[in-house]
Amino acid sequence: MDNTLKIELFKKLLKIRIIEETIAKKYTDWEMRCPTHLSTGQEGVAAGVCQALEIQDFVFSSHRSHAHYIAKGGDLNGMISEIFGKSTGCSMGRGGSMHLIDKRVGFLGSTSIVGGTIPLAAGVALSVKLNKTHQVTCAFFGDAAIEEGVAYETINVAVTKNLPVLFICENNLYSVYSPLSVRQPVGRKIYKMVQGIGITVDHGNGNDPWEVFEKSRRAVRSIRETQHPRFLEFSTYRWREHCGPFFDNDLGYRSESEFLEWKKKDPVQYFEKHLIDQNIAIPSEINGIKYQITNEVTRAFAFAHGSDFPEFKSIHNSVYADRNKPGYEKN
Amino acid sequence: MLIEISLGMRKIKFYEAINEAFVTAMQIDQNVICFGLGVDDPKGVFGTTLGLKEKFGGDRVFDIPASENAMTGIAIGASLNGIRPVMTHQRLDFSLLSLDQIINNAAKFYFMFGGQHRVPVTIRLITGRGWGQGPTHSQNLQALFAHIPGLKVVMPTTASDAKGLLLSSIFDDNPVIFIEHRWLHNLEGDVPEGDYRIKIGKARKISDGSDLTIVSMSYMTIEAIHALEILNKFGITCDLIDLRSIKPMDWDAIYQSVEKTGRILALDTGVQNGSVSSEIIAEVCQHRWSVLKSKPERLGLPDIPTPTSPSLTKHFYKRSEDIINVVSKMMGKKLDGYALIDRKNVPHDVPGDWFKGPF
Repeated sequence: MDNTLKIELFKKLLKIRIIEETIAKKYTDWEMRCPTHLSTGQEGVAAGVCQALEIQDFVFSSHRSHAHYIAKGGDLNGMISEIFGKSTGCSMGRGGSMHLIDKRVGFLGSTSIVGGTIPLAAGVALSVKLNKTHQVTCAFFGDAAIEEGVAYETINVAVTKNLPVLFICENNLYSVYSPLSVRQPVGRKIYKMVQGIGITVDHGNGNDPWEVFEKSRRAVRSIRETQHPRFLEFSTYRWREHCGPFFDNDLGYRSESEFLEWKKKDPVQYFEKHLIDQNIAIPSEINGIKYQITNEVTRAFAFAHGSDFPEFKSIHNSVYADRNKPGYEKN
Repeated sequence: MLIEISLGMRKIKFYEAINEAFVTAMQIDQNVICFGLGVDDPKGVFGTTLGLKEKFGGDRVFDIPASENAMTGIAIGASLNGIRPVMTHQRLDFSLLSLDQIINNAAKFYFMFGGQHRVPVTIRLITGRGWGQGPTHSQNLQALFAHIPGLKVVMPTTASDAKGLLLSSIFDDNPVIFIEHRWLHNLEGDVPEGDYRIKIGKARKISDGSDLTIVSMSYMTIEAIHALEILNKFGITCDLIDLRSIKPMDWDAIYQSVEKTGRILALDTGVQNGSVSSEIIAEVCQHRWSVLKSKPERLGLPDIPTPTSPSLTKHFYKRSEDIINVVSKMMGKKLDGYALIDRKNVPHDVPGDWFKGPF
């Protein structure tokens, strides 16, 4: 049982890694013309949490959304096409990398404003409670989102009204180039601070995908049973620059040695080794998985390349929902 | 003056019409919910939400923490999954804490995700004037919301429009900013019973005339009605267009009237600078320049925060007297509105005897 889950988890991890690194490689063709925040290094949190969710559960994400979209099972063609600004993009070229959506798998959207989707998750949780449909709604956000008033406000509401929402804080130590030390008191533990609001919290190593999965599974079960919210904080590290395809350790806001320390804790490599060491998979199986994902990613890029750009006229009459207009029922 | 009287109506007050719209909407559709600070308290937001919790229960009608931004986001999130939330702010000014959710999420989600999300959220904002409401308790910021693509903005004046527009707003599939003027809450009017809706985006012509077009909104329409009574006595007749909907705007109604009268005065409850009235004048100049017989005029508040002391507000707000003076000037006449209107000792900072504050 666990072994099957572990293979699935590994596939999620690897898929995120291969997609993000392919985007990084191809970004300098300058065909992906939108701000793009890569998740390389942070795969463990997205994969581990989403492994604990069902397809009918809901997820919201932030500006660094690729990993969450993929881990929830979002359509790859739709995502790559969206970054290319094509009409086949999951948001029809209107949102770009920061505004992904795939409602078929419960990925309800990502937005670029720090903390902006946290209350949306609680709102969906409220609707779930009113409709008695028993899904869990999960909000992914970073360590800076916790500095936004709306995060505190939302957690307070979720606790007060018992909303079935899972808050996932991915602490990667930096907000753009600003370290935690200039943003929060030295020594603060985010999960401890949040605990003070009255929510049950846990924390863990975000670069250990299985630990993330197990802690998330426990939280999700509890939310389903009790309808009470949970908060999890996972430590992790982004490898590449805040926004864009390059490494930026030369800028001096963080050190090369810190980066190398975290790189040693690569969640994808760690889990691959775990699978082999524990005889869960043999190297040829791993290679087979890699081959399969690489092909899928290659096809997605070809699909995006071959797709048409949306026509300018397509943005007119697209600002307001109108039940008398064609296409209304699709959503 | 056109006064609508038809069978099946009864006279109720504006605030009762709002309450009736809530009851109707919540009976028709169990997805309609109502929340906001104090919606179930003994005062029920100036009477507009009284009794709703008793009728529909605490799951659908509830008080909230003072967390405007999160609660707006929660309304948006719930709306993405089929709920039709109505959020109420006792003051428009409080909603400014939630502009991030309104502008970055509510207004964007339909467009930004290629039409895959609808955001049927209604946000009720209460504006006002007088009784020392001052700088941060009575701002009329309809222009701010109307500036945002993706939002609809409505401002009913009459009790029947309050009911008809609130029902249409609740069942609209887009975020609607529903602005009520505190001085209208006790205004009585004929209101149809049942599920009565008014299409958002259609203005109402309150009176018919040939000399000048007055375009107005919300409480300023009441001041305009009083001004017209005097102007009529001096042989000046006006089209008075009550916008009802600020966004979308009923340009056809405005243009048709201006083509007939050749003159336009746009009234505004808010600061004139960068206002809805400014936009109306700009559009009319651009699109109906050739029919204009005199320079268009606006009448709104000065570009100053609203002061509190009665001595400072006396000449701050625009009243019928000011409307008479502007119209008279546009018509080349010399009428003095202040000499012509007898306020019967009602102070300038209340809408009538019924209003004794404190807010």
